[in-house]
Amino acid sequence: MPPAAETADTTAPHVALFVTCLADLFRPSAAFAALRLLEQAGCRVTVPPRQTCCGQPAFTSGDRDAARDQAQHMVEALEAEMVDYVVAPSGSCASHIRNHYPALLRTHPDPEMPKRARHLARKTYELTAFLVDVLGWTDVTARLDATVTYHDTCSGLRELGIHAQPRALLAKVQGLELREVSAPEECCGFGGAFAVKYPDISGSMVSDKVKDIEATGASLVLGGDMGCLLNIAGMLKRQGSTVQARHVAEVLAGATDGPAIGEDPDSR
Amino acid sequence: MHVTSREFGSNARAAVADANLRQSLATMKTGFRARRAEAVAALPEFEALRDAGKAIKDHTLTHLDHYLERFEAKVTESGGHVHWAGDAEAACRTVIGICRAHGARLVTKGKSMVTEEIGLNAALEKNDIDSVETDLGEYIIQLRKEQPSHIIAPAIHVRKAEVADLFREHHLEFDAGRPLDEPRALLDEARTVLRERFLSADVGITGANMLVAETGSAVIVTNEGNADLTQLLPRVHVVVASIDKVVPALDDAATILRLLARSATGQVMSTYTTLATGPRRADDADGPEHFHVVLVDNGRSRLLGSPFQDVLRCIRCAACINHCPIYGAVGGHAYGSVYPGPIGSVLTPALSSVEEAGSLPNASTLCGRCEAVCPMKIPLPRMLRQWREEEVDRNLTPESARQALGLWAFAARRPAVYRFGTAMAGRLLRLMAGRRGRVRRLPFAGAWTRVRDLPAPEPGGSFMSRYKSGKEQ
Repeated sequence: MPPAAETADTTAPHVALFVTCLADLFRPSAAFAALRLLEQAGCRVTVPPRQTCCGQPAFTSGDRDAARDQAQHMVEALEAEMVDYVVAPSGSCASHIRNHYPALLRTHPDPEMPKRARHLARKTYELTAFLVDVLGWTDVTARLDATVTYHDTCSGLRELGIHAQPRALLAKVQGLELREVSAPEECCGFGGAFAVKYPDISGSMVSDKVKDIEATGASLVLGGDMGCLLNIAGMLKRQGSTVQARHVAEVLAGATDGPAIGEDPDSR
Repeated sequence: MHVTSREFGSNARAAVADANLRQSLATMKTGFRARRAEAVAALPEFEALRDAGKAIKDHTLTHLDHYLERFEAKVTESGGHVHWAGDAEAACRTVIGICRAHGARLVTKGKSMVTEEIGLNAALEKNDIDSVETDLGEYIIQLRKEQPSHIIAPAIHVRKAEVADLFREHHLEFDAGRPLDEPRALLDEARTVLRERFLSADVGITGANMLVAETGSAVIVTNEGNADLTQLLPRVHVVVASIDKVVPALDDAATILRLLARSATGQVMSTYTTLATGPRRADDADGPEHFHVVLVDNGRSRLLGSPFQDVLRCIRCAACINHCPIYGAVGGHAYGSVYPGPIGSVLTPALSSVEEAGSLPNASTLCGRCEAVCPMKIPLPRMLRQWREEEVDRNLTPESARQALGLWAFAARRPAVYRFGTAMAGRLLRLMAGRRGRVRRLPFAGAWTRVRDLPAPEPGGSFMSRYKSGKEQ
């Protein structure tokens, strides 16, 4: 692949990919798929090297100071002033930046910080919402002969209104049939630290979710958030289910050759 | 308020394992949710009504003193009496005082959450006054000596056969061999028993869904008509209501009524909507001779002007409870508070203390469905998080959680340290997974693997390390 500088189209939207901590550690292929999709959609993609985590672990635990410091780090790391957009393969992380960074950094010793936070919030998007709503792009070229179901993740659905976008993109995947679960608005029981603080409740919730997924007859469940997918895939595996789990970006980018989430590495 | 929320964790564990409870909850969930969805879909202006309802309550809470005093003046004008109770004890003392003044031995009660909150039945019993709950669900849990497990369906956890056994045990005046298999038979028997109590009660105590400042009226809705018999038949009617129930005018009450039943049970209106304004007048055919309203604060005025003020908009419809996945998994009793579900997890620490009820705000995935269905648009997830912040501020979070978060916070702001940590975690988890794609048992975070596997990181290192070295696979 030629270096980015040579192919750089100055009119192409310049996007910073926010990988998110869970995709970075657990599912690099989902982030590579997101990167490839953005390029297919005509974007120039940068991966800001100092990015880490959006700070939700602190924020949802009630540690506002740590959440604020982390927000500041990410505002600086994502170099929002250098790119047109910041895109994350996660509704939950994108929502945290969009909906909570401005409030977290409203008062700050650096008088520029509140403005930078608002600026970043305005230009940050979840992947499928960015492709469909901002770029108006649905020219997916992938093919997958499979019956799948899509799990709407809570933050994506309720905080960012993501529902139609992934479905519009999946509709373009050749050979793919989408079947809906019976209770699409029901939380999978992940909830970050909740999953380990209240494992019994979390387990009961994800067990209901998995039952609902299996009832669709789909062989693959897709979603836009690694947290939920780790939870759902973990329960599918524990129960010995044959239903696989993948990040939606993998299917849209045609990157389904490798093992699904939690599958044995040499299973294919 | 008496709470046992510290035991939430162990209560929840037991509840999840209770098959009967799970079945009751599953039925409850599907029923309430489907009926609400239908009712909302049938009313194009539902969203606009939510905004209107929220605006009414916000305005009232901003001028609460004004509207409460106006309400008091109107009640007095219509011949009733208003009593102000700062806390639960004062409220109970006031009610008992009224009962004593009228020589009451038997009290009938309409369903009321605030009387559960202040522990009125126990206080009456201590003073040798018999009180009988007249809402069927409340009557059942009163016989069982339990707290309600749901704010509009208090006996949702009790199965039909258990009710039959309970009635056989308590209704000794009936033939022991009578059939009680059908819901109808249970209803008829409860009605026969309660009818006699309605007729012989000295005092009727009800709550109020709203208090109307314009007219001094107490509005109450039921589906059983029990509140009407409670307030019309005895000589004395006592309304016990919290101060956040007041609305400025009848028009406002009408707006909120349009939201209430739809959000609660999916009905357009509850079967009975009754306005009580003062004692019976000279030309009234019936009604009580004496009309008292006990206005209960019990910690609410403390919330005015605080980040939790919005919770006082609550109209107790239970939509948040009906749609909460946590409540749906554990039921109401696990919460250890008369107010379960999202509204309970926000209200309980406010009415007791964050020390006593701190586990409740943590028992949420912040999935946001409660806020999405709340007719009053109460930002429940925001407030759950704010209680967690209170816990952190007061150093109430467990040491281990604090240390883990501190370590994370240190690394997350130092990319080099963070990359090293990610690489180590990735390698360790891959090592534990072996040739498999998942870890079956984690030595740390064993809570995760107790119920499900943990998918292992993909081989080949983190995204950031692969991207840096130009290797995708």
